[in-house]
Amino acid sequence: MKYLRLIWAALFRRKTRTILTLVSIIMAFLLFGMLDAVRTAFDSGSKSLVGVDRLITSSRYSIIQSLPQTLQSRISGIAGVRDVAYANWFGGIYQDPKNFVFSYAVSPNYLDVYPEIHLTPEQRKAFDSSRTGVVIGPTLAKKYGWKVGDKIPLQSTIFPQKNGDKTWAFDIVGVYSVDDDAGSGMDQLFLLHWKYFDEASLYTRHEMGWYIDRLQDASQGDRVSKAIDALSENSDHETKTQTEQAFSASFAKQLGDIGLIVSAIMGAVFFTLILLTANTMAQAVRERTSELAVLKTIGFSSHSVLAMVLAESVMLLFLGGVIGLAIAALLAPLVSKGSGGMLNLPSVGAASWAIGVGLMVIIGLLVGALPAIRAMRLNIVDALAGR
Amino acid sequence: MRKFKSFLGNLGLLLLLAIVLLIWVQLTPLLVGVLALMLLLWLVLTRRGRQTLSVTGVGISTLGQRVGASSVIVIGIAGVVGVLVAMLAMGDGFAATLQQTGSSDTAIVLRGGSSAELNSVLERDNISVIEQAPGVARGSKGEPVASAELSVVVNLPKKSDPSVDANVQIRGVGEEAWALRPNVRMTQGRRFTPGLRELVVGQGAQHQFVGLEVGKQLRLAGQQWTVVGTFASDDSHHSELWGDMQTVASAYRRGASAQSVTVRLVSPQAFDTFKAALVSDPRLKVDVSTTREYFSKQSENLTKVIRIVGITVGTIMAIGAIFGALNTMFAAVSTRAREIATLRAIGFRGVPVVVSILLETMLLALIGGALGGLITWLIFNGYTASTLGSSFSQVVFQFKVSPQLLWTGIQWAMAIGFVGGVFPAVRAARLPVTTALREL
Repeated sequence: MKYLRLIWAALFRRKTRTILTLVSIIMAFLLFGMLDAVRTAFDSGSKSLVGVDRLITSSRYSIIQSLPQTLQSRISGIAGVRDVAYANWFGGIYQDPKNFVFSYAVSPNYLDVYPEIHLTPEQRKAFDSSRTGVVIGPTLAKKYGWKVGDKIPLQSTIFPQKNGDKTWAFDIVGVYSVDDDAGSGMDQLFLLHWKYFDEASLYTRHEMGWYIDRLQDASQGDRVSKAIDALSENSDHETKTQTEQAFSASFAKQLGDIGLIVSAIMGAVFFTLILLTANTMAQAVRERTSELAVLKTIGFSSHSVLAMVLAESVMLLFLGGVIGLAIAALLAPLVSKGSGGMLNLPSVGAASWAIGVGLMVIIGLLVGALPAIRAMRLNIVDALAGR
Repeated sequence: MRKFKSFLGNLGLLLLLAIVLLIWVQLTPLLVGVLALMLLLWLVLTRRGRQTLSVTGVGISTLGQRVGASSVIVIGIAGVVGVLVAMLAMGDGFAATLQQTGSSDTAIVLRGGSSAELNSVLERDNISVIEQAPGVARGSKGEPVASAELSVVVNLPKKSDPSVDANVQIRGVGEEAWALRPNVRMTQGRRFTPGLRELVVGQGAQHQFVGLEVGKQLRLAGQQWTVVGTFASDDSHHSELWGDMQTVASAYRRGASAQSVTVRLVSPQAFDTFKAALVSDPRLKVDVSTTREYFSKQSENLTKVIRIVGITVGTIMAIGAIFGALNTMFAAVSTRAREIATLRAIGFRGVPVVVSILLETMLLALIGGALGGLITWLIFNGYTASTLGSSFSQVVFQFKVSPQLLWTGIQWAMAIGFVGGVFPAVRAARLPVTTALREL
């Protein structure tokens, strides 16, 4: 600690150079923060503890194939299953195809299997007793300025009503709130009654897109999912049951290998960054050769000189890195807002910070190593003589 | 007062920079060539130009002593250009694949308001009306060249990670489908036999998914299907599996309905007649578009997102690279301060000094840009990837590193070099001769 001032002074000996280098580091870590947020947005849920007790049962062959209603009671009969809800994709758009709304037709107990969704008892009651009532997520409500009592015409891209009309009218009876650690997208759902949907829709007949099976004990997941799939084996509606995380991860994986793209970009960025800061550090130490020699003359050991140069480069990285990540943390919510719900970037999370700080230290040590060793091996006489 | 003046000077410099950059992004390669030629003429023909040339020569000849520092510029810019070009190549490749799928002399008919085939339903009687509409080309026996098609999505394990099931599109096609899409050609095996549970597989799908080799059995909708052939096409059909329309429809219990009807038109001009006839027909409520229009529209969103992401990432990286370049060039200027001051003392004016430092930076930037572009081209040109298309199924496409993209990359590189060089250059020219000479 007592050397902190000395290291700080050495760092800002040449203000222009240090600041220019700092900006580059800030940019690199800003990018790291944003891209890591994108990566986590895509495999979100896979680490969250919310929903570990839920399985999703869908058609084994295709997302467009639906499952029969009879499955509900058969799944509930399996030991270890606490509750079974179901839902169907509605594919709603509001006024313009660009305004896509995540809308599901859901069973009456759907809200019970998602304890992270909170609805006031009065609104819940209103929802349960209505036919055309819907509850919507807070983000969705904010996006279009919808509130309880509004009548919303929503077009389904897939299902026309019996009279051929593709515009369905809904009454908003509730706006729910979600826990902070809920999966991404949970805050912008549009939930309508499956019963209303089933009665009024032209095509579907007592069919559901997927079942949500809530378990009594999350550790029973493997056994229960096998038991559920065994129910429909060799029938014309074979199912595939997987954890909720695996279910949503499989969608993200289909978009492409986001992780690979992110790491490739970050590889290019950090390679450049290492080169750049290494150059700065080499310059800084070369310039100070005589000063370092003086330090050694007045009694600093070779090792403390080594440690000081290393500390200087780690500090440089750390300073830039923390600022960069902080900017990314501020920027990510703005980007989410700007994209209007299209892209839901979480702010820089604890894991990203941890990886980021780790990278700062490692890169700092890496780029400081050569100059530091040079400084350690410095021969006092030669250095003072300027040879 | 002096401070104020230098502040004004810096402000003017920033303004100039903004203007130059604005003009720069508008330039075509031809105009840049003309500019480069003019610069060359100035360098060779005028006195100032020759001075610049000799100062630049000195700078470049000492580059060897500053390999580490100079490579910061080269590698930094190579990184920016590489990432930018790769991202844009991905977007372009995807767009190109979908655009090639369509042509202007075939039209696709969907139920009114459906954005994609998956959401559309057309009943049997509608299909006949569409096939008999004016403007539809006729085959040798006088039958309309039209194919009513059904597309269903199935899950298949991916080759890259067999634990992941991805969506594949199965297209049930009519007999005329082959005539409608002349660029689809069989490469292995034979076409499917109508009425049998047989499939032909696009090459792209075959490369991406497990178990699609000719002769393999496949379980779909609870039934066994056999792969009997492979086809190639350079468009999005090569990510699909094709089977007989009626067989697919019965397997998926679709009855006599289809999802889309694709027809060959007598000529591209006949589209208007065809569309007008269908739109005005009271029995129908359909959307009509040429296949080119339809498939281009499907790539629009994703291409836009990729472009925005690519340019955002590129911009952030470019800012980093600019500061890296500034750093290097400031260092270069300060190590050469005495030399530059000597030049000024013996009568060289500011302009040659400024231009020579700019030239040096731009040269390094050019090398960096070319390097980045070259590496991207080597790695990514023709690189195959797949993503989720608008029909909820995998579309296989190839990255396309086109000359235009490489040119964009070079433009970015030169812009970064210019911004990174202009401040150090101006500082070099402004350095008071006496102080610089005294400096160690």
